[in-house]
Amino acid sequence: MKTVEEIKAAIEAAVPGAAVDIMPNPSVSGQHSLRLDAGHAVAVATFLRDDAELSLDFLSNATGVDWPDKEVAEKVKVTRTVTKTVDGVEQQVEETVEETQKRVVPGCLEAVYHLFSVAKGHGPVVIRMKTANRTDQVQLPSLTPVWRSAEFQEREIFDLFGIVFTGHPDLRRLLMWDEFKDHPMRRDYVEPDDFEYEPTAHDEVLARAQGQKKQGTGNRDQGSGS
Amino acid sequence: MSSSATDISLVSAKQPGWNRPPVIEPDGEGELLEVAMGPHHPSTHGVFRMDVALDGERVIRLKPVFGYLHRNHEKLAEGMTYLGSMPFTDRLDYMCPLTNNWAYALAVEKLTGQEVPERAQYLRAILGELTRVVNHASAIGFLIQEMGASGTPLMYAFKEREKILDLFEAITGARMMVNYMRFGGCRVDATPAWLAAVRTVLDGLPRFADEFENLLCGNEILMARTQGVGILRPELAVNAGVTGPMLRASGVNYDIRKVDKYGIYDRFKFRVPLGEHWDVYDRFMIRLLEMRESFGIIDQALKEIPGGPVMDAKAKLRGFRPKAGEAYGRIEAPKGELGFYLISDGGPNPYRYRIRPPSLINLTVLEDMCLGSNVADVVLIFGSVDIVLGEVDR
Repeated sequence: MKTVEEIKAAIEAAVPGAAVDIMPNPSVSGQHSLRLDAGHAVAVATFLRDDAELSLDFLSNATGVDWPDKEVAEKVKVTRTVTKTVDGVEQQVEETVEETQKRVVPGCLEAVYHLFSVAKGHGPVVIRMKTANRTDQVQLPSLTPVWRSAEFQEREIFDLFGIVFTGHPDLRRLLMWDEFKDHPMRRDYVEPDDFEYEPTAHDEVLARAQGQKKQGTGNRDQGSGS
Repeated sequence: MSSSATDISLVSAKQPGWNRPPVIEPDGEGELLEVAMGPHHPSTHGVFRMDVALDGERVIRLKPVFGYLHRNHEKLAEGMTYLGSMPFTDRLDYMCPLTNNWAYALAVEKLTGQEVPERAQYLRAILGELTRVVNHASAIGFLIQEMGASGTPLMYAFKEREKILDLFEAITGARMMVNYMRFGGCRVDATPAWLAAVRTVLDGLPRFADEFENLLCGNEILMARTQGVGILRPELAVNAGVTGPMLRASGVNYDIRKVDKYGIYDRFKFRVPLGEHWDVYDRFMIRLLEMRESFGIIDQALKEIPGGPVMDAKAKLRGFRPKAGEAYGRIEAPKGELGFYLISDGGPNPYRYRIRPPSLINLTVLEDMCLGSNVADVVLIFGSVDIVLGEVDR
């Protein structure tokens, strides 16, 4: 099979304007991945599937990864002017000191796809895409039109990570219920200490029952309406 | 489903939307009936719902609804050590705990580069193939049960399953929640008595398969109900990520034991049965035939199994911290491709732990297979997919 460098070159030759970055994988598995830009992802995916030599016709695994904002402490050399008293005379002296500065690396959500070829028997080729941030710009193009197997898996990513796949034919929550508000697989997800905060039919019934209790009306009044 | 030739020509044109389920128009007489099959329908193997729209008896829309058994296993695993998740993998596809263990161990071994001793590889292969026999026998039993043959065929399958579960219990200590494999080997060694017991059970298995086959294959009702029902075209099967016996019943020669040759599968001689008609009957037959190939693999493994340790001496169980990086490892589980995708940040817990569940992804094409058929066939088509909800919902 082609190496990631060769695949990158093939993509860039076939899809003009596509930006592909190689993401090295330091582990012994050696499964390096290709990061696609969201704008050309569908064209690149179609090429990967239909190219005679690669023919990655089988999308095995699609999943999300959450990379929250990270605070990095780095040592920076800072040059500044200080006033010092040298030999009894005040002077302006330039001084270089090392300072620890904190920098926030903005986080993102990432979708990772593992591709194989049934026709050629090779793989995996790992492609990934990342969103601009984790809050309001979480759209990525859906690869479901190219590989149908992404249909449920992208729904799962939408459900648990909150990536919105544009072009998905049926983007609904897969595992959590539709009224659920948050995305549980995010790293900063805090599970509620009281799960009954979720609106359920049962809660409404309970509230109504308790309200009636306070007012001192019994259930008998309700049934007599008909 | 008469002319499959026209279907293929449509596919090769790769028109947009070729891999979407077709839109079936109601015939205009009467009203549509919306039925929620499940979550407590006895045929759903657990808690699973299909929202079906019916025009008379004909299915014109089918939407599966998941999540009743969801416990976010992936999130739990991110808060645990690598080893801590091993017993939890038993609860994914609880019919086949040993292959789940194997897939997870394989993914971690890919991440760390650990070696697995010879004897452990053989034990994994023996236990993996026994699991396949258990799964396929039960899957066939359940399929016949759903056809209305209440009890008897399922009990025939479960009779053999009990013998194999006894073997699992003897080596791992548990019938189902086995927690047996480790990164770099297996937890305990097999005694010579256990290997002899496997041989005894194995000797009885071909007779069971013959009996099963004689009872079922030529059965008129079974043939009438399953042949030509639930056809899945090979192009769509590949595109929709269908794997395992489902894929091979659609005539696609793709068995990860042959493709990846993980473990020691390059040493065994076995054949990969393929379907010709792509229907429910083929899926049933493929499972029967695969079971027989598994007998052959177990037989070869029992003959060749060497002595020696079952754990890599350098393997570290406590304070296990893989280097930063990621790995995707997969095996041919009885239901299809079971994969684990792990990202390590160098800590004791996985940064990301993802299971690629064959049961869930094989259901992607459920609607395509069911559209246009009778509602009674939905139960059969669904049964022929062979899912376990512990793995679908995770």
